[in-house]
Amino acid sequence: MAQPAISMDAHQEHHHDTFKLLGFWIFLVTDCIIFACLFAVYAVLRTHTDGDLTGRELFEVKGFTAETLILLASSFTSGLASLAMQKGSKKHLLGWLTVTVLLGLSFVGLEITEFAKMASEGAAISTNAFLSSFFTLVGTHGLHVSFGLIWMTGVMVQIGRYGIDAHTKEKVTIVGLYWHFLDVVWIFIFTVVYLLGVM
Amino acid sequence: MHSHENHGSAKTYILGFLFSLILTALPLWLVIQHVMNKALLTVAILLIAVLQLIIQFFFFMHIGEGEKPRYHVMALILGAVMVFTIVAGSIWIMTFNSQVH
Repeated sequence: MAQPAISMDAHQEHHHDTFKLLGFWIFLVTDCIIFACLFAVYAVLRTHTDGDLTGRELFEVKGFTAETLILLASSFTSGLASLAMQKGSKKHLLGWLTVTVLLGLSFVGLEITEFAKMASEGAAISTNAFLSSFFTLVGTHGLHVSFGLIWMTGVMVQIGRYGIDAHTKEKVTIVGLYWHFLDVVWIFIFTVVYLLGVM
Repeated sequence: MHSHENHGSAKTYILGFLFSLILTALPLWLVIQHVMNKALLTVAILLIAVLQLIIQFFFFMHIGEGEKPRYHVMALILGAVMVFTIVAGSIWIMTFNSQVH
């Protein structure tokens, strides 16, 4: 009698996990739509510079290349973290998540420095339509990364406390998915904003 | 081993990382060296970005894995249609606005 009941429970638990993951994918799709709107605005307004404060004038190849490589490396290290988790190594999982958070922090640091430098050169969010759309698009991505850092730190605390179980496993998988997604969005910021900007 | 626990190996992550590095360096080099005219260059770097997107979807986010039916892939396809409509539609419709240009 007990046997079928247990397998029923496991079955339901399993479905529950699958639905949670699907729910997160649907969130990512809606987040994609937010970014699509911001990209569309940027694409329309990027020529509206009202003078010579253009991307070519303001963007620094060294700076945005560094940001791109750091975020890409952090996406890779968050992948290594989930591999360590599958092997059951709590030490390596926490280690790779720490590296990911540190890379993410340096990305946000570089971005804040870049924004502050632009503002000090007279290129602020209210200067022209191009800069309004630029700061909104890139800033929204930066906020996503900052939020991801807080989230990932929270997950690390939970792993420290509860170890690797079905629950924390799911949390690491979902925050990892979010982190990879942010790198995918950045590919298009790198290409559409920065590369087309300095072209 | 359940299929849903299969989330790639070290090899897929390293390959994905290497491909992404190449697909980041290549458009950067093309733009800095001005190897072709502006229109062609724009198309080329956008195509390279889409290629990197596909690589990261498969090598980092493992979208082909998981149980069938793969509802998340359907959600992504719907998302792609909406993203294309919003971006291409906005750019196209705004070309009719005399205030722009």
